[in-house]
Amino acid sequence: MEEYGGGDLLSEAMGSGARVVVVEDRVEAPGAFALHLLLKRALAGGGAAALLALAQPFSHYDRVLRKMGCNLSLHRKSGAKGGAISDSFVRLYGDIQRAIDASRTGDNTGRFTLMIDDVSLLEVAAGGSVDDVLDFLHYCVTLTSEMNCSLVFLIHEDIYSSEEGVGVLLHLRYIADLVIRAAPLSTGLAADVHGQLSVVNKCTFREQRLKAQRIWNFHFRVKENGADFFYPGSRY
Amino acid sequence: MAAAAGGQTVGRSSFSRAAAPHVASSSTAAGVKLGPNGAAFVSSGIPDLDRILGGGFLIGSVVMIMEDSDAPHHLLLLRNFMAQGVVHKQPLLFAGPMKEPRLFLGTLPAVASSKEDGRQRGMGAGTSSDGRTSDEALRIAWQYKKYFGEEKTSHAEHRDKQEFSSDFDLRKPLERHLLNAQNIECVSTQEGDTLGVLQDRCSTFLSKLPRKDGGNAHAGRIAIQSLCAPQCGYFEKDWDMVSFIRSLKAMVRASNAVAVITFPNTVLSSSFCKRWQHLADTLLSIKAIPDEDKELAKLLTGYQDMVGFLHVHKVAQTNSQVPVILEASTFSLKLRKRRSLVLERLNQAPVDGSGGPSLDASGSCSSSSQGSQLDF
Repeated sequence: MEEYGGGDLLSEAMGSGARVVVVEDRVEAPGAFALHLLLKRALAGGGAAALLALAQPFSHYDRVLRKMGCNLSLHRKSGAKGGAISDSFVRLYGDIQRAIDASRTGDNTGRFTLMIDDVSLLEVAAGGSVDDVLDFLHYCVTLTSEMNCSLVFLIHEDIYSSEEGVGVLLHLRYIADLVIRAAPLSTGLAADVHGQLSVVNKCTFREQRLKAQRIWNFHFRVKENGADFFYPGSRY
Repeated sequence: MAAAAGGQTVGRSSFSRAAAPHVASSSTAAGVKLGPNGAAFVSSGIPDLDRILGGGFLIGSVVMIMEDSDAPHHLLLLRNFMAQGVVHKQPLLFAGPMKEPRLFLGTLPAVASSKEDGRQRGMGAGTSSDGRTSDEALRIAWQYKKYFGEEKTSHAEHRDKQEFSSDFDLRKPLERHLLNAQNIECVSTQEGDTLGVLQDRCSTFLSKLPRKDGGNAHAGRIAIQSLCAPQCGYFEKDWDMVSFIRSLKAMVRASNAVAVITFPNTVLSSSFCKRWQHLADTLLSIKAIPDEDKELAKLLTGYQDMVGFLHVHKVAQTNSQVPVILEASTFSLKLRKRRSLVLERLNQAPVDGSGGPSLDASGSCSSSSQGSQLDF
């Protein structure tokens, strides 16, 4: 994974081997750009991905990723598919499983990434039934061990900041190997710095963890063709 | 800075000059303006708001306005948005929590008369900035002179774009024949479980407006007032409302229309309020200001004309992941001569310091820090 992205801070912080990545964002600091970066990385080098696009139409991802140098339409047949959510999670899970199976046939045994944009809309689609959403997410987690699949979830953190509904967020944080949290600057909006990112790496099954850092904090600036990551004050 | 400047000159900056002849040749429908990145805009009915948002309301987006719990200032925005659509003869769907939503159309403002308009234009173009200064000269300190240039260009620009966004006179009702000639649909959200009805009406309304690239199709407008108000039949069906907004957003994306939804955010629980905000493409909030706030009156110039503050939280983006960062996100909502709605950046009043220039400087420093408190 490191060879793509040219050793920026985010890929350094992410390391390798994270199976479940959770991207958290807020109204003031959208984290969709991190999802786009991860999608690009997932598709690079012969990887396959399934994108459960609830927030935006497929054409949006297509055009954004095209600016980042990744042609999503070309990849589309190889498993990246958008579309509306079906009424039943069972059928949705079946679709995902079939997509993974299809991508594994033949000599293509690369990594498969399942991305969900975003989990809070999954809840809306389920009519507010948190249990159904959690069941579905846990089914997805089983894919990581069975099918050499990794997961990327985007979730809006501020929805769950009140006490009544922390359920989904806490569960996601628990199953995550890596949490990428986008937050606005406390000093307000700026044109040069779009927010700060904190990455919490929970990968404990690698020998590198002894020397690796667990928590990273840095600033980011979103660009059309990617994003810049830098330590506070180190750039301007 | 760059984003704001780019927004002001959408359609006429060197960046999009290549596209300009294309705009002229393709038969752009009235009231639709093309911008960079394949964007098309309709006017919000307030020229200043169009300028702030970088061209207007983006076609295919959902605009949400958080209401003030005490004052109906959101109606000013909603009325101007609807009236602009009527003036452009665009299809309009209005839904509100009232028995007879069609009566609301009677409160739409009329386009400011051409005579009045001409006078204002003459003032803007002819006598230039000095003409404007004379009536406010006493109040405006020298450091605000830099704003005059900006205002002048906006006046000149505004003259060219007369057909895109009109000035509305809030004291005069819109002419009846305009309202009757239109295909305006009204839906009441008051009685019964009307959310399903509203959704059906929206989908039939939007199905007549298929998405076309190039902006040569008629653009439609959907205005929904106080979507989650307690008098709505579906009040407290939180999940149904979120799901409605989600499907409305998907439908609007696929069609040539803009939906504006105002909602009283205080009646929602905080987590649902956040859900709504995440669903918005453009998110604005309106705050009324108290009548007699002496401290604020001292702090801001033109306080007596202000009716409220407009805060821009999110600006819709097409096909891009880069967020729009505005130079300022809080604007004062003013009624100029009690008739037309203008938005201005907050100007701190000059400190009436009797001391020397050094004292003055420190005074302006402190006042600017207080200003930024207002900003965020």
